[in-house]
Amino acid sequence: MKATFSVQLTVNGRPVQEEVEARLTAVDFIRERLQLTGTHVGCEHGACGACTIMDGDKAIRSCLELACRLDGARITTVEGLAERDVLTPLQQAFRRHHALQCGFCTPGMLMAISALLLENPQPDEAQIRDTISGNICRCTGYVPIVNAVLDVTGSAQPGVHHA
Amino acid sequence: MAVAHTGYFTPMKPPKFDMLRPESLGQLVGILDADEDARVISGGQSLMPMLNFRIANPPVLVDISRLSELRGIELEPGSGLRIGATTTHREIERSDLVKEHQPFLPYALQFVAHVAIRNKGTIGGSLAHADPSAEWPALCLLCEAEVETASVRGCRRLRIDDFLVGTFATNLEPGEVVVAIRFPAWNNQRLWGFQEVSRRHGDFAIAGAAVWLERDATSKVTAARIVVFAVEDRPVALHEVAESLVGKVPDERHFAEAGRLAASTLTARGDLHASAEYRSELVEVMVERALCQAVYSIHKGKS
Repeated sequence: MKATFSVQLTVNGRPVQEEVEARLTAVDFIRERLQLTGTHVGCEHGACGACTIMDGDKAIRSCLELACRLDGARITTVEGLAERDVLTPLQQAFRRHHALQCGFCTPGMLMAISALLLENPQPDEAQIRDTISGNICRCTGYVPIVNAVLDVTGSAQPGVHHA
Repeated sequence: MAVAHTGYFTPMKPPKFDMLRPESLGQLVGILDADEDARVISGGQSLMPMLNFRIANPPVLVDISRLSELRGIELEPGSGLRIGATTTHREIERSDLVKEHQPFLPYALQFVAHVAIRNKGTIGGSLAHADPSAEWPALCLLCEAEVETASVRGCRRLRIDDFLVGTFATNLEPGEVVVAIRFPAWNNQRLWGFQEVSRRHGDFAIAGAAVWLERDATSKVTAARIVVFAVEDRPVALHEVAESLVGKVPDERHFAEAGRLAASTLTARGDLHASAEYRSELVEVMVERALCQAVYSIHKGKS
């Protein structure tokens, strides 16, 4: 049995080279090996969305991927969004709209929505709700999250509550 | 006792396995022939949860996700499509070729889990997994698709209804792998509908129906196909129910009657999510709604 695999990838623009065991999941690789603990581990079977990261421009579940298959990948985690202390417009909108309470789902929400905005900078409410349908939040009731996205895309009507 | 330190705390949830990464289809079938316990991993969106839960415990995984010869969508002579096994749900959903030649698929694929899962999960993986609640087996049955397989013994083409044999069970032989799915040309005059019920959007269906109808100039139905899934151990094509609509200019009453006939034809399974009685009632409603959607909604021929 081959003990380890050598993987070379970029994580948040930084080149990474590591030896990984075949069964190491991407999320444990990111959290435990790279010490990037912004990505959360929730259900570990793809249902909750807390571990969502970006592989290239696409959102994926890092609990359903193996680190050894990330060779050559360009990975972005929640730590890769802000430039130093300057939050992205989406993160700022989350703050303004109180789109997080406990914060457990927030990294996954931000990554899923950031991938959506790369593909479609002007999503409508239905598309936003479809995208975050794979991310479970037990605090907010989703309304402030949807409002934050509508705000950042300029689609929100001032004073209108998007229930 | 000495404890080996790697210098890192690395939780290992899936069981131990070796990983092989063949670089050609030839190498792949050679590996599968030599080790019948080797298990293919494609997108991993069904297998990874099973590994994380340790429901699956394969000694060897064979990663086919980077085999370019298994990926992609091609137009066949006669307007059929050949879709490589490791093509992702999302690639198929967004493909212009698919939109033009199988307009029903991009609509139905929106019901497959969520975008992040569709970005990784593959058509071949879903079929080989053969979950009776999954959409792909039903969509392939509606389209009368063929599954192309390969092994060291050569290639086979299996009709989808010969390929699927039960819950998580297929006719794949030891050493055999799904290579591509072939969709025969789709008549663009067809009216189609797709309906499913799940607890939340993106969850596996509790019951679902996929249908198409062809009509002549007088709106008389000339041909029809009705598939129900998540109800028995595999998706089922209800030929008699479809036949009951042929020769008629059907309206809501006929569709409701077709729903009742569908429910009485099937033996619904009961489980944690729904009792057999409830599933049976859902069949009636899903078939009726899918037929109404086909005839009355905007999802006609081309979407």
